[in-house]
Amino acid sequence: MTSKVDLEFAREVATSEEFNAWACMNCGICTAVCPLGIDLMPRKLFRYTVLGLKDEVLDQQSAIFQCLLCKLCEENCTADVHIAENVRFLRGYIDREVFGLDADPAEGKEQYAVAYR
Amino acid sequence: MPLPTGDIVGLMVDNLNKRGSVFPMSARKSTRWAKGLDIPRGGETVLYTGAMYQLLPYIISMVRLLERVEDTFLARYVFLGRFANRFVNLSGLAAHPSRAEVDKYDRMLQNVAGLLQQAGVQFGYLYEDDLYAGALAYDVGVDATLAAHAERVHATLRKHGVRKVITLDPHTTNMLRSVYPAILDGYDIEVQSYLEVLSEADPAPMRCIAEDVVIHDSCVYARSEGVIDEPRRLLERAGYSLREPRESRNLTYCCGGPIEALFPKKSHEIGAERVAQLKETGGKQVTTMCPICLASLAHAADGSIPMEDISVFLQRAYCPVMEQAKARPPDLLVSSPSGRQ
Repeated sequence: MTSKVDLEFAREVATSEEFNAWACMNCGICTAVCPLGIDLMPRKLFRYTVLGLKDEVLDQQSAIFQCLLCKLCEENCTADVHIAENVRFLRGYIDREVFGLDADPAEGKEQYAVAYR
Repeated sequence: MPLPTGDIVGLMVDNLNKRGSVFPMSARKSTRWAKGLDIPRGGETVLYTGAMYQLLPYIISMVRLLERVEDTFLARYVFLGRFANRFVNLSGLAAHPSRAEVDKYDRMLQNVAGLLQQAGVQFGYLYEDDLYAGALAYDVGVDATLAAHAERVHATLRKHGVRKVITLDPHTTNMLRSVYPAILDGYDIEVQSYLEVLSEADPAPMRCIAEDVVIHDSCVYARSEGVIDEPRRLLERAGYSLREPRESRNLTYCCGGPIEALFPKKSHEIGAERVAQLKETGGKQVTTMCPICLASLAHAADGSIPMEDISVFLQRAYCPVMEQAKARPPDLLVSSPSGRQ
């Protein structure tokens, strides 16, 4: 399988300085303690992201949305990676780029204003 | 076929944008619990429910519906539901919780109000302006939508001159205390969970309850908000003996609830794993401190071990007997709960 590297991908995911997937040392503690028991979560996912392997990340949409954001991994992380926040940023990317959601907050304000004011 | 993530997340976003909550419910339903309690409207300090406890019976009802759709051909047609929901509040029409279930969650709110009043804490309530804080929107990553909603919540708090909010559940606490300051300019509302407020007030229990209780920590309270010792202090002061599961305190194990709308089966598996851990303690009853944990674990336990919100245990120890009678589960009531209001 040939993977296409997208150098802009990590930058587009990281909409806040809270995103720090590159701090991951790939030690695997997070994977060991994850209640979901998905081998991918979250270290491989972060590696794909920082390497710009956009297609690999998007293939894992289900795993990304299965994350419980319970932070058991984060509590045990030795590198202070903001794991739950990083997963949220990946969700945000998929929301915008795949589902077509959340692109324009002004639209939300307008809908609410029409409905309730 | 699995449930379509994009359509379900989209439905939540549509609801938040158009109707002010990921799962819209009428003000009449969300404020019903406060009827007859004479809680003043507004004030500098308010009890802020964020409608979380009130929403749970409706969310549970909707999740049971999604459980029946997951992995069937019907999942293919969820997009039609999202389309129709733009015009009609379909999520509200589809959820039909039992009156007993609605009463049960309303009673937890009444317990908290009673506990605070008993401890001498002064507070008001915003009634129809007690808005959902947006926890689910935060979880699914729709940050721009969330920011717009958070502005509405902040503006409402400012309109009422609120300086401090007392929250009831971990998710609303987390949103108002940790998330809002990061996404809103000029946000300076003080936020405390009622467990923290009660622990500081240190009320004397009215009776000693010599029972064992297994404690299940909420992930959000324990790992994001540092609310770990307060519930233990309050329960132990009332005489309860606490049993800790092997994954406890800051290493607590998830109930599975956060993914129940998108992956009901997986959520149930994780809930069952947690129930097994809680049962390993040998305890005969469990306390939770989050309505989502309670719903998920009770569903997974399927009656094999009793579970109650911590407010039920605290209310039994710290409130007068009359209040206690009102707060009992429906099956223990002498008269029908339907005659209560």
